[in-house]
Amino acid sequence: MAWNRKILRVDLTNGSCKSEPLNMQWAQEYLGQRGLATKYFVEEVDPKVDPLSPANKMIMTTGPLTGTPASTGGRYSVVTKGALTGAIACSNSGGYFGSELKFAGWDMIIFEGKSAKPVYLSIEDDKAELLDASHLWGKTVFETEETIKRLHQDPQIRVSSIGRAGEHGVMYACIVNDLHRAAGRSGVGTVMGSKNLKAVAVRGKKGSGGNIKNPKAFMAATVAAKKVLADNAVTGQGLPTYGTQVLMNVINEMGALPTRNHRDVQFEGARGISGEAMHEKRPTDGKAHLVTNAACFGCTIACGRISKIDESHFSVVNKPQYWGASGGLEYEAAWALGAANGVGDLEALQYANVICNEDGFDPITFGATVAAAMELYDLGILTKEQIGLEAPFGSAQALVALAEMLVSGEGFGKDLALGSARLCEKYGRPELSMGVKKQEFPAYDSRGIQGMGLAYATSNRGACHLRGYTVASEVLGIPVKTDPLVTEGKADLVKAFQDATSVFDSAGVCVFTTFAWTLADLQPQLDAACEGDWTMEKLALVGERIWNMERLFNNAAGFTAKDDDLPPRLKNEPAKTGPAKGLVNGIDKMRPEYYQARGWGADGVPTKDTLTRLGL
Amino acid sequence: MQKSLHIDANKCTGCLQCEMACSYENHGVFNVSKSRIKVFNFEHEGRKVPYTCTQCAEAWCMSACPVDAIRIDAATGAKVVHQDVCVGCKVCTIACPFGTVNYMADSGKVQKCDLCGGDPACASACPTGAITYVDADWTGLDKMRQWAAKTDTQPRTAA
Repeated sequence: MAWNRKILRVDLTNGSCKSEPLNMQWAQEYLGQRGLATKYFVEEVDPKVDPLSPANKMIMTTGPLTGTPASTGGRYSVVTKGALTGAIACSNSGGYFGSELKFAGWDMIIFEGKSAKPVYLSIEDDKAELLDASHLWGKTVFETEETIKRLHQDPQIRVSSIGRAGEHGVMYACIVNDLHRAAGRSGVGTVMGSKNLKAVAVRGKKGSGGNIKNPKAFMAATVAAKKVLADNAVTGQGLPTYGTQVLMNVINEMGALPTRNHRDVQFEGARGISGEAMHEKRPTDGKAHLVTNAACFGCTIACGRISKIDESHFSVVNKPQYWGASGGLEYEAAWALGAANGVGDLEALQYANVICNEDGFDPITFGATVAAAMELYDLGILTKEQIGLEAPFGSAQALVALAEMLVSGEGFGKDLALGSARLCEKYGRPELSMGVKKQEFPAYDSRGIQGMGLAYATSNRGACHLRGYTVASEVLGIPVKTDPLVTEGKADLVKAFQDATSVFDSAGVCVFTTFAWTLADLQPQLDAACEGDWTMEKLALVGERIWNMERLFNNAAGFTAKDDDLPPRLKNEPAKTGPAKGLVNGIDKMRPEYYQARGWGADGVPTKDTLTRLGL
Repeated sequence: MQKSLHIDANKCTGCLQCEMACSYENHGVFNVSKSRIKVFNFEHEGRKVPYTCTQCAEAWCMSACPVDAIRIDAATGAKVVHQDVCVGCKVCTIACPFGTVNYMADSGKVQKCDLCGGDPACASACPTGAITYVDADWTGLDKMRQWAAKTDTQPRTAA
């Protein structure tokens, strides 16, 4: 069905689980998932709340297309105030957890308060209860999932859980479901850990589809939209074959691959950690790194990577538990663990990536934090004694050791747990943290792709590629090609991407569909599924409304226009090589244009007219 | 011509579109727990394998049924459970060597693949061609072709 019209409210303080009807008026205004859960969140939570206090809430939420045959219709999101950023957070994940929650008859789960002892939420259709998780505390994500399935004697249970990173208060812990899919960014797992909530286990036997508005039109619309994905070169060929890693060589050629903490924009080892390299046979064992591609629930793209680490590699040589197939590498993780640190050892990157999945922490922020630490080491600000090992740029040994150190929570692992902004602040060089609103950049250098600078600076959850992916236009020519080296026109481009992405994130489908789909491909699916009239005009308005709602929350939380900015390196240190050689990012030029395009004042606050127009 | 479901697990990505299509065709809902085809995920090997009834020519489920609820569809060759006759004794689930006849607690009957009357929804929904519906006599044709291609031949030399 579109919406189940039912939400679960879990009070962790007193241990209650209550069902309540979904606010259908809000569903008409905010659609679902990101938009609708954020509406609940901003209505119920004080923007000034300490993210790690019991007064913060955490919402696990699905969209109207989650759990339907719409391609990629298996997404779910976690909405909260981010531990890393202090801003509104919404982290999206695939796998099979979201659809299972939908099949159990729920649209979302609102967690409030804090449990006195570790618990996990068990849901079997209508039945929801908090169970003791003392025996799970200290376990990895992999162990937790396996233990819960065994305990309940049901291999078809789907589990979302935190690993030891979330328990230890690593500021960028994520929530991992189905072993290697994650609600990854902004420290949503840190919030979950602060509530003593170890896991959510769901089994849904009810299914969905009972109240799809027009089933025949819906099935026809999903079939037509799947064909668009299959016929598109990116979603039909590039992503299934190489995954998001199809980008490694492309972005490096563009001179937009941030390298060694953004000192460089091209990485000499890019080829060796690319999607192409993952297909090649290793000299050591004659096998390719990549085992197969894989899909999330309902996805007809199947960009996921499943790989095996070389058993003779130093990181796993005596650890057979890491010899099996596991998720990765995706482009962002390969970049953050690799190029960002100057590490060109594919096997080491995958080992670090598996550790990220196993104990639930964001590989982007982790990799970028290691990059910052390596720069501090390079500058002599951090010493071998402080770190516990030599940590020059390019050291695979250091990367692997630091990942293990983070999980242990010992020694320098405590500093790494802070994320790069707090780490660099602690050692007196805050300008060396490469991010916005305390969240680190992903894998695109905004000197080589200008629009991304504005997208990062204005992203409501801190630096992020998934809020306004102008790479699609500036690099791939989707939906139209724009020049990556200029700032002209980028304000409108960023706004258009941000608003459209808000709709995709609220529908229950994956943002990767937008390599092929526009809103015009999504609209017929939504309109056939959801009660009400879902026109293009209404969707465009919903997207813009969601964006502004998030902005208002952040403003009330204390963010201002000066937080919509990039670190000095990107504004003052020109790119050294590649097509963007000599360029810095033109954020100061784009920001006022963007505020104007948004209908905001020069202070970055939406004007009264804008709020009225959007019904806010 | 009789046709069979042909499964090529190497092409399966685990998207479960087949399970949704099956449950929608037979139960009117998207509900993978009611699907007659199941995709099994062997995590540590990175393998996903769709599996369902192969419609045995000599079907033990049919022989075992005490009330004659499982009958052959003359057009497709499918062994079909007649829900109005089935008494839910589950003997067929024991007789089937492959586990592809399953009991459903909510209806008190068993269910199994019936080839959707000759147009299997799972095959139509599969985006990668992992599930196809082909001439029953030639389910191995593609595999034969692959091996044929590998057959060693003498290098051709100019005469």
